[in-house]
Amino acid sequence: MTSQTKQTEMLSGAAMIIRALADEGVEYLYGYPGGAVLHIYDALFQQTKVKHVLVRHEQAATHMADAYARASGKAGAVLVTSGPGATNAVTGIATAYMDSIPMVVLTGQVMSHLIGEDAFQETDMLGISRPICKHNMSVRRPEDIPAIIKKAFYIAQSGRPGPVVIDIPKDMTIPSQTFPYHYPSEVKLRSYQPKLKGHSGQIKKAVTALLAAKRPILYAGGGVIMGGASKELTELAQLLNLPVTNTLMGLGCYPSGDKQFIGMLGMHGSYEANQTMHNADLILAVGARFDDRVTNNTKKFCPDATIIHIDIDPASISKTVNAHIPIVGLVKPVLEDMLELLAQKKKKLDTAALKKWWQQIDDWRALHGGRYDNAAPMLKPQYVIEQLSKITKGNAYVCSDVGQHQMFAAQYYGFNKPNRWINSGGLGTMGFGLPAAMGVKLNYPDEDVVCVTGEGSIQMNIQELSTCKQYGLAVKIINLNNGYLGMVKQWQDMNYESRYASSYMDSLPDFVKLAEAYGHVGIRVTEPEQLIPALERAFALKDQLVFLDIHIDPKEHVYPMHIPGGAMNDMFLSKTERT
Amino acid sequence: MRHIISVLLENESGALARLVGLFAQRGYNIDSLTVAPTEDATLSRLTLVTHGNDQVIEQITKQLHKLIEVVKLTDLNESPHLERELMLVKVKASGAARDEVKRCADIFRGQIIDVTTSTYTVQLVGTSDKLDAFIQALSTTIILEVVRSGVSGIARGEKTLAL
Ligand SMILES: Cc1ncc(C[n+]2csc(CCOP(=O)(O)OP(=O)(O)O)c2C)c(N)n1
Ligand SMILES: [Mg+2]
Repeated sequence: MTSQTKQTEMLSGAAMIIRALADEGVEYLYGYPGGAVLHIYDALFQQTKVKHVLVRHEQAATHMADAYARASGKAGAVLVTSGPGATNAVTGIATAYMDSIPMVVLTGQVMSHLIGEDAFQETDMLGISRPICKHNMSVRRPEDIPAIIKKAFYIAQSGRPGPVVIDIPKDMTIPSQTFPYHYPSEVKLRSYQPKLKGHSGQIKKAVTALLAAKRPILYAGGGVIMGGASKELTELAQLLNLPVTNTLMGLGCYPSGDKQFIGMLGMHGSYEANQTMHNADLILAVGARFDDRVTNNTKKFCPDATIIHIDIDPASISKTVNAHIPIVGLVKPVLEDMLELLAQKKKKLDTAALKKWWQQIDDWRALHGGRYDNAAPMLKPQYVIEQLSKITKGNAYVCSDVGQHQMFAAQYYGFNKPNRWINSGGLGTMGFGLPAAMGVKLNYPDEDVVCVTGEGSIQMNIQELSTCKQYGLAVKIINLNNGYLGMVKQWQDMNYESRYASSYMDSLPDFVKLAEAYGHVGIRVTEPEQLIPALERAFALKDQLVFLDIHIDPKEHVYPMHIPGGAMNDMFLSKTERT
Repeated sequence: MRHIISVLLENESGALARLVGLFAQRGYNIDSLTVAPTEDATLSRLTLVTHGNDQVIEQITKQLHKLIEVVKLTDLNESPHLERELMLVKVKASGAARDEVKRCADIFRGQIIDVTTSTYTVQLVGTSDKLDAFIQALSTTIILEVVRSGVSGIARGEKTLAL
């Protein structure tokens, strides 16, 4: 084709969907077929660019796409059928929404003329998903499909990211009806223009406050990871000698091995991180949202602190805790602007005050920092995570389920890189871990990908062991088996005089045999001395999924733990100590 | 405090449901809500009366802004503004009450827009306070039906909420 313009291609709605995904750069589409999406599946079959991954339950498809987004920063894509296919995807959409993860979910729908008639497999997916997604749309005319898909990816990935749902009635995809295809290169919406740069006056104020601070702390969350600003954040922290704490979602955005890192904060945060927050005179909050699992009682929250809050979402600022210097913008350009201003400033840091502050922080660290009792005869979960970190050199992608094991992994793995700690923080979705690990492993086949889970959580999506076999997903499953819904049991120990109402699971399967039945390798670890050899064997089996069923001390609790109703620094430190 | 929030919304299906859903989901109050297309068929204009402290109102406006279909919005309370509401009241109008209702409607500058031998339907336009006062002025025993449109509002002077 020389001077002539290329002839417009004529494609069916179904073919346009797949072509648009390919043009958007989507490599994998996670999904499950059914009546309403069969035209789309047929279009998938007739091309090779977009590869489909057939899960065993739609929830897993959403978590796979979600975890891919958490690891790569790019939106994952999901395709499910109408009715039950769509409702099975709901938990995954809500999970992504709570953690601001970009994702595009295509749900089938009954024919347009049947909508509202309670047709077979009709569900009002737009209505159901409305409060749990960033945006949703339905296709009214097949020729709009390319523009709608472009818009969906744009909305999902810009501003504060989130999942977008597109509902597609079956008659929008009829193979015999074709339309001109053109994939737009950009979208402009008059009603949606997320702010990018921060307000320069506010940034100046923030820098002045930072330089004047005597007891500062940098509190960084998931926004730094999704905003790709770890480098800038690390540079700023080191330039100003700031102690750095991370939220559960922010782990890895600052290297945990560095001496300025003081651990995770919040309900199960480190003693030193919670103390440092509480006593700070200045909090620099970056891409974090002061949620209730961080602040404890907001009325007692950090009484002396001036708060600088950088966030892309204005609604996150002063929602639960009032910010004195709000800065709305993408974290990366805001931090860059701050660094540039600091380079020009002649005013020096108050080094004497900072030295004193660090002395205090080091004292807190020495007092309680990260210790646990490893004396009992049974394996301790903390020790297992430490050994896991050692054997993977702190570089694995660690995908977690929800419960005590999640908190132990967050506390003891030691993340040094962003995008490697993948967990459901906001919604706390049990069943997230295995599909998440699958989504990462598929896209990063040469990396070590671990699923840290518990015998409760793993059974919420255990059917995916079959998907792992089909696609050769060699994830390593670390099942911290305590025989209990441990986190529930811990609350029952602490608040209900150990009345274990339905937190003990009888009749657990033999996980080793189960792994084998699915065609994988299973290893049981019951004694402490078996752990290291088992881990070594598991990671040596590069191409195999290995299910490590590790029997741990069922009596272990996660500490520190915030005392309900208290301040940031009110904590239980062990079964017998409190602040 | 009572606030009147004016919103320009993309005139698309689902947009209104999303906006109303936000109020239900986050526990914000809606005292009244009016919505209709504007001179530009692609836009709806919506007036929403709500109440709450400053922090709540700030969250409401921020959360509304986040909705993809919200093009622009303003809190009318931030500057001088006009508000009007329309009310239709059907009352028993027989015997002595018939004259009494007529007098009352005249005082409030209402119009009787439908008449039967035993009823009047009065139309009244004004601020919500004025409509409340009219209802108070009528004896409750004669009121058969009250229909209110909810508040429509606009800024005074040259200030506009437009594209
Ligand atoms: C889908 C879902 N249901 C219920 C819960 C409540 N919940 C939180 S942690 C937990 C126990 C998890 O048990 P397990 O996976 O064995 O992990 P452990 O705490 O024992 O490490 C439960 C039931 C949840 N987070 N998600
Ligand atoms: Mg357990």
